[in-house]
Amino acid sequence: MPDGLVLAAWLIAFAQALLYVALAPLLVGWVRKVKARLQNRRGASLFQPYADLRKLLIKETRVPHTASPLFRMAPYIVFVATWLAAATVPLVALDLPVARIADIIVLVGLLALARFFLALAGMDVGTAFGGMGASREMLISSLAEPAMLMAVFTLAMTAHSTSLESVMSHHLADGFVLRPSYLFALGALLLVALAECGRIPVDNPATHLELTMIHEAMLLEYSGRHLALMEWAAQVKLLLYGVLIANVFFPWGVGREFTPLALGLGLLAVLAKLALLGAALATAEHVMAKMRLFRAPAFLNLALLLALLGLLSHVILEIGA
Amino acid sequence: MEMNPVLPLAGLAVALALASSAVSLLASREPRVLRWFAMPLIGLAGLAALAAGLWALLAGGSANATLPLGLPWQPWRVRADALSGLFLMIIGLVTVAVGIYGRSYVRGYERGRDSLTALGGFTGLFLTGMLLVTLADDAFLFMVAWEVMSLSSYFLVAFQHEYAANRRAAFLYLLMAHVGGLAILLGFGVLAAFGHGFEFAAMREAVLSPGWASVAFGLVFVGFGMKAGLMPLHAWLPEAHPVAPSYISALMSGVMLKMAVYGFVRVVFDLIGQVQWQWGVIALAVGCVSALMGVLFALMQTDLKRLLAYSSVENLGIVFIALGLSLVFLGTGHLLLGSLALVAALYHAINHALFKGLLFLGAGAILHGTHERDLEQMGGLLRRMPWTGAFFLIGCLSISALPPFNGFVSEWLIFQSALQAWQLESGVLRSIIPIASAVLALTGALVAATFVKVYGIAFLGQARSRHVRHARQGAVGMRVGMGLLAGLCVLFGVLPTQVIALIEPVSVQLLGGGLPESGAQGWLWLTPISSDTASYSAPLTILLLALIAGVAFWWFLRGVPRRIRRSDPWDCGFAPPSPRMQYTAASFAQPIRRVFGLLFAIDESRPAFDDPAPRYRLKLTDRAWALFYLPVARAVEAASRRVVRLQSGNVRVYLGWTLGTLLVLLWVIS
Repeated sequence: MPDGLVLAAWLIAFAQALLYVALAPLLVGWVRKVKARLQNRRGASLFQPYADLRKLLIKETRVPHTASPLFRMAPYIVFVATWLAAATVPLVALDLPVARIADIIVLVGLLALARFFLALAGMDVGTAFGGMGASREMLISSLAEPAMLMAVFTLAMTAHSTSLESVMSHHLADGFVLRPSYLFALGALLLVALAECGRIPVDNPATHLELTMIHEAMLLEYSGRHLALMEWAAQVKLLLYGVLIANVFFPWGVGREFTPLALGLGLLAVLAKLALLGAALATAEHVMAKMRLFRAPAFLNLALLLALLGLLSHVILEIGA
Repeated sequence: MEMNPVLPLAGLAVALALASSAVSLLASREPRVLRWFAMPLIGLAGLAALAAGLWALLAGGSANATLPLGLPWQPWRVRADALSGLFLMIIGLVTVAVGIYGRSYVRGYERGRDSLTALGGFTGLFLTGMLLVTLADDAFLFMVAWEVMSLSSYFLVAFQHEYAANRRAAFLYLLMAHVGGLAILLGFGVLAAFGHGFEFAAMREAVLSPGWASVAFGLVFVGFGMKAGLMPLHAWLPEAHPVAPSYISALMSGVMLKMAVYGFVRVVFDLIGQVQWQWGVIALAVGCVSALMGVLFALMQTDLKRLLAYSSVENLGIVFIALGLSLVFLGTGHLLLGSLALVAALYHAINHALFKGLLFLGAGAILHGTHERDLEQMGGLLRRMPWTGAFFLIGCLSISALPPFNGFVSEWLIFQSALQAWQLESGVLRSIIPIASAVLALTGALVAATFVKVYGIAFLGQARSRHVRHARQGAVGMRVGMGLLAGLCVLFGVLPTQVIALIEPVSVQLLGGGLPESGAQGWLWLTPISSDTASYSAPLTILLLALIAGVAFWWFLRGVPRRIRRSDPWDCGFAPPSPRMQYTAASFAQPIRRVFGLLFAIDESRPAFDDPAPRYRLKLTDRAWALFYLPVARAVEAASRRVVRLQSGNVRVYLGWTLGTLLVLLWVIS
């Protein structure tokens, strides 16, 4: 690759990373809006999450007396790790250098790093709710993470590579082939995304002060800019999962060369896909009820089973064929 | 020809370890001998071992020598090659840290009743045994060294023998070590019979039929698997490792278990040579069970050192998963993938030595500062012991396989080799390996849960007991020892390409091929197979993390009020939380205990609603006891009850038995 192109690639990668944090609140706003319309409400503006973040950032930050320094570090670590994880998922263009820094396994690892600190922060103040949230989060993630890895391994084995770029290029080059393994992996990844992003039926993002809360329980003691960073990280994570599903399973439209037209089309394509996915998420949350905590393992076992079926159907049916 | 300094350096390490042992004999008169001479000598021995190991790895080749010791017709042969070099390095790295740490730690025993002579003496012998295991070049010396290692560690486990539980744990350990030792001896017997000699060189030349090779594999797998604590032969490990002094636990879990890995690799990959893929499937299955069950049991423990011991079972399971993968790939003729999995296994072995050593030293620092091993009594230690807390956090992050720490690299490599299963011809193998990687993924996620629990309960929150509230920060030496290992955990995570270059000679020596592509894109990029297949750049990950953090600080916090106000915790507006309202270690694990309930034998009693003094009791036992150990124990007891009938007390009957035995023996040998 000539030097000029390398520079352009890095610039696009950087812009894409910024796009992630910039777009994340919009997706949340969109999901809330669709949900409100489904409930015959007008709902808040699409840009309400931005206003919320701004408000939190300028508010005074409070830290409990019993908190250790880890409590104040955690929001930054969670935000940065989630952001870096997101930056490695191709949003508008392929052939970016960030993809070589971190493959799918590193992506899962970075999300695990963020979760580790989130759970520790929950336990730091020493309240009952914080420990409860951390314990439940680790239960959910310990079942969701293997399902996620299995689902992405299915894709990785098909493309013979764990790099997301190669997986997407492979898929694009193949044209539209309906593989059973992809369907299973897609199903598994959808379930994992619901669980990991704390959506209904596993957790309820709209709730607060409820014995069933998971993600919120860990954030209870946060305020001001710390809370803003934690909330923002959660929004970036939702966007990350959305892009992962949209771009890996339906990669059409993503920019293959660094021209303004291709990049613009890529952006439009991914926005259209995300709008559809967001609407689907809102509809699903609208028609489903939240499960009891101990029903969640069954839900996640289904995800693990689907992912494993995908992997097995790939190694048994598709390799020889 | 230039002289190879590896063997002299290794000999120096052995001599220093023995000197430490000898000087400890004076400790009964002057307890300070341990602090001023014995432990520094241990540290120096570690340094010499580290130098020998690094030299052997970097210079390549091998050095042989015959010692004027041993039996007249069987002098001891020693040899240092890349494989022994790697394990010498592991011994050295941990021992240096232990030497520094132990100097401060033994101070706590100087006023106690326990025999410091025994502690110092057997520590030196223990180290000697481990060093000689890696150097031995004949089965005779290997077994002698192995027994020295096992026996001296028995005495270290039994160090505080005034507690009945410690005596019981030590006896169980002794028993299991010898059953394992017997299996290894028989395995060497098979090889020696075909190779016509006890020297490893002769065994390498031996031509074994596939059946006999499998018998030898089975024997050494049982023997070394027992030492490594693989399920279901693990039950002694969580009993024995925690009761030794903490830096000995670090040596046992961090280093001695690696000797089992060394022995397995030496015998199976080097001496037997012609591997069969079926062995790989067995190792893979046993490794998977050990990894998963090990971490589940670890998660359920409330005794910190016991939890770490179960986690060693899990980590050795992961090492054997990788070794199993390597055997499967080698047995089906995929040399490159076989060396990738072998390198991954060895990488994980190094990593486990580093972080488990660190975590045991951390547990020792907590024990030293609070006299507490029970997680349920801890809490808030990060504020009392900030350095220990910071180093322990690095250990927790490393063991949970989080980027950019070292545990992540080895698990990444194992996943990478598992993902190459599509290259295999057999559909069965292609399906087994993904299931194994699913187990590995589940294990990894549960490890993170375990160490969130450990760190959250012990170091965060509020102290749950008075003596923990007044914990003392450990001495400087303890912090330096832990800091050394913590630094190495980071270093081995950030520079994977260099570490792999260090391990690669082992693969070249044993298999005849390394990973030519792993550093082909420059030191920044780890590309184990090819740059298209997978790449990971730990340095750039760190750099970007730091860069993004910088941008975040600068951009988001501009103009944001910097002031932070301290206030009471909100906790949804309930009454101010007391330490007793916090989640405990048992309650943290409760959801997972419920989900995986079938695997444990749970004995739980809940108080009645109107109980004036409610008590909650939870007892969790390893099902392996009821399934594997108690039947054997009962059978032995029943057999001995039969045998005891012979003991009539009548001399004539005994003489009759002696005569009968003699006749049978004469008949057999004639």
